[in-house]
Amino acid sequence: MACLGFDETELRLGLPGGGNDAEEAARSSGKRAFEDTIDLKLKLEQPAPAVAQKDEKDEEEEAAAAQNVVHAATPLLSTPAASVATGGGNMKRSPSLTSVNTAVLPDPEKPRAPKAQAVGWPPVRSFRKNIISVHSQKGKADDNSGDKSGTAAFVKVSMDGAPYLRKVDLRMYGSYQELSMALEKMFSSFTIGSCGSQGMTGMNESKLADLLSGSDYVPTYEDKDGDWMLVGDVPWEMFVESCKRLRIMKGSEAVGLGQSLYQQTSMMYCHLASSHS
Amino acid sequence: MTYFPEEVVEHIFSFLPSHSDRNTVSLVCKVWFPKLRVLTVKGKPHFADFNLVPPDWGGYAAPWIEAAARGCVGLEELRMKRMVVSDEGLELLARSFPRFKALVLISCEGFSTEGLADIASHCKFLRELDLQENDVEDRGPRWLSCFPDSCTSLVSLNFACIKGEVDSASLERLVAKSPNLRSLRLNRAVSVDTLSKILMHTPNLEDLGTGNLTDEFQTESYLRLTNALEKCKMLKSLSGFWDASPVCVPFIYPLCHQLTGLNLSYTPTLDYSDLTRMISRCVKLQRLWVLDCISDKGLQVVASSCKDLQELRVFPSDFYVAGYSAVTEEGLVAISSGCPKLSSLLYFCHQMTNDALITIAKNCPNFIRFRLCILEPRKPDAMTNQPLDEGFGAIVRECKGLRRLSISGLLTDKVFMYIGKYAKHLEMLSIAFAGDSDDGMMHVLNGCKNLRKLEIRDSPFGDGALLGNVAKYETMRSLWMSSCNVTLKGCEILASKMPMLNVEIMNELDGSSEMEENPGDFSKVEKLYVYRTTAGARGDAPNFVKIL
Repeated sequence: MACLGFDETELRLGLPGGGNDAEEAARSSGKRAFEDTIDLKLKLEQPAPAVAQKDEKDEEEEAAAAQNVVHAATPLLSTPAASVATGGGNMKRSPSLTSVNTAVLPDPEKPRAPKAQAVGWPPVRSFRKNIISVHSQKGKADDNSGDKSGTAAFVKVSMDGAPYLRKVDLRMYGSYQELSMALEKMFSSFTIGSCGSQGMTGMNESKLADLLSGSDYVPTYEDKDGDWMLVGDVPWEMFVESCKRLRIMKGSEAVGLGQSLYQQTSMMYCHLASSHS
Repeated sequence: MTYFPEEVVEHIFSFLPSHSDRNTVSLVCKVWFPKLRVLTVKGKPHFADFNLVPPDWGGYAAPWIEAAARGCVGLEELRMKRMVVSDEGLELLARSFPRFKALVLISCEGFSTEGLADIASHCKFLRELDLQENDVEDRGPRWLSCFPDSCTSLVSLNFACIKGEVDSASLERLVAKSPNLRSLRLNRAVSVDTLSKILMHTPNLEDLGTGNLTDEFQTESYLRLTNALEKCKMLKSLSGFWDASPVCVPFIYPLCHQLTGLNLSYTPTLDYSDLTRMISRCVKLQRLWVLDCISDKGLQVVASSCKDLQELRVFPSDFYVAGYSAVTEEGLVAISSGCPKLSSLLYFCHQMTNDALITIAKNCPNFIRFRLCILEPRKPDAMTNQPLDEGFGAIVRECKGLRRLSISGLLTDKVFMYIGKYAKHLEMLSIAFAGDSDDGMMHVLNGCKNLRKLEIRDSPFGDGALLGNVAKYETMRSLWMSSCNVTLKGCEILASKMPMLNVEIMNELDGSSEMEENPGDFSKVEKLYVYRTTAGARGDAPNFVKIL
């Protein structure tokens, strides 16, 4: 099952009484216009040149605020997919947009469907949200000198043996190490290796060997050409541009990538150290 | 009370030790109003901070300023929170009160730097101008030059929320002639060099909010800064750090050992290692605000270095519900075991467990404020997938002095049973996406004897709960319910039973179009705000607010 692809499981809004094409409905809904006015007055969290990485969130927030009828699960339905499938008949005026009601305890094996962003959630003052978002826009503009700065770069991440995939936005991270930390949290047995704040200075051959023997997962990615590459060879920015999806392979399967695992990984550490400054 | 001469009444009141009792008493009689020296007014409900209250709802400062200008010209201090203040209001304020000393505005909006210019120009004895997180329209830097040469009384100046440029020369002049300055918080536009110059004039400074600390500066600039900072022997609290580059961090080191307060929560540019290098030197720290970039590892460093920590706030750097945070329950457990004096907490994270909360409760029984926000609504215990009822139950059971609580994650009616049973001193409770039935809310209303403010969103409480203990609302300051299951009918019944309450309902769409859309469900109330009143319905409500 369950790819946590946002497209498939995303909660969307629709007009009452029908309109399974919720996305279209949300866009063309007359209520949007009203909500746009409210947006202007409220000076919503995202500053005017709303970064595309936040676009999905914006759309969901605006849609949320529109308080339209929503394809929401009733408390006893367990997945949003089910209610989307039943379409119009199941439409219920849910008070505030959004979250899938998980009063039913979720099956630990199955991923909880991604929640739409609720209005006014998380409870952080706009003043603070503006400062942090403006910074991440600026930061990304600085990092990626150029066109796609700010566009979200969501890619699927799979790990061999894990029951489901995740998605990450590569533009949320500034380096391989940050990505590694995030993936580590998501799939806790995975490790690219910890460079620490000293970069390469704390690393030597025997430590590297220890790390390698302790972990048999290798991060790989599919690039624009459709080739499977080892993560870490190219500068971070180039990686973000070319990565289409990530796969955390079991070490034994990664051998076929052309070089010995040891060499590949130590090259990666070199890149990690140099891009870490 | 008109039977007694004033002197007798004053004598009686002198026996009231508590500030809040004197406050309550002062509300009783208009006769005392002219003598008012300090006025504190709070406007919009707390959830207005999160855009849940539509604009133009109310909270206008003008009527208050006008009434004070007519009735109590001895006013010296005005503190306002979540109010809409206009430039005209500020001008009236500046001109009406000859002894005016202190203006504190928190989370307000509606005014510009021109209003501040009036305050600066006309308040001859101004001691305090404290602007915290307001939305201020920038109309230029002129306001700072408006302080007359004769104004030398400034003790506290906070303009960190001003977005625009500031004239450095004016700022330096102002600081140079304010020998009593103890608290100074600059905005992002103030450069390192200006900061260094200013600090040469502030030997008594206790609280500093820096300006910009980016790394476009020469090392010389930073050295000057360190020298200047070293002159401030009394400096105990540091904030600002706008756009701070990691390079600047070591220049703060000489100060760290004396700091009791540190706010790094506006600085996403510092990562866990920058933060920990600084914080590990702050051995006297009592109050710490950071972003979650600090990570669990960083919090362990805090726990081992800052044994006197009393207040911790960890804010999210990523607001995306499905996103990532470097702090988890582990960081909080580490803090609780290293910092037993912890009494005030605000913690944003993506996961929590019952075990962690139970451990935290045992380690820190002194919590007065405990606010935990798990970013994903209704998220269960990360290990067991159970609701977090037991964890929060432990908090309310162990922390007998708890006055403020915010709960999150997957929660059933059981957590409310615990809260009602144990949280006897609880004054403010914030609930989001929690509970199963009316019973939950009833536990709270019936059990929490000292409850003053209850705010609930997206929870399945309906008319049964709303009407289950209506007398309770007269003992409370306010009730907020949004996206719950209360209906118009229920609110009407409440209003008719309790004439001393204002029952305000707000629907995003006006009544008629709602009915067209969804005839079966027209009566659900989107937002409900209930509060006590002695004056009846307010006259300034906009048309989307209906007062029943």
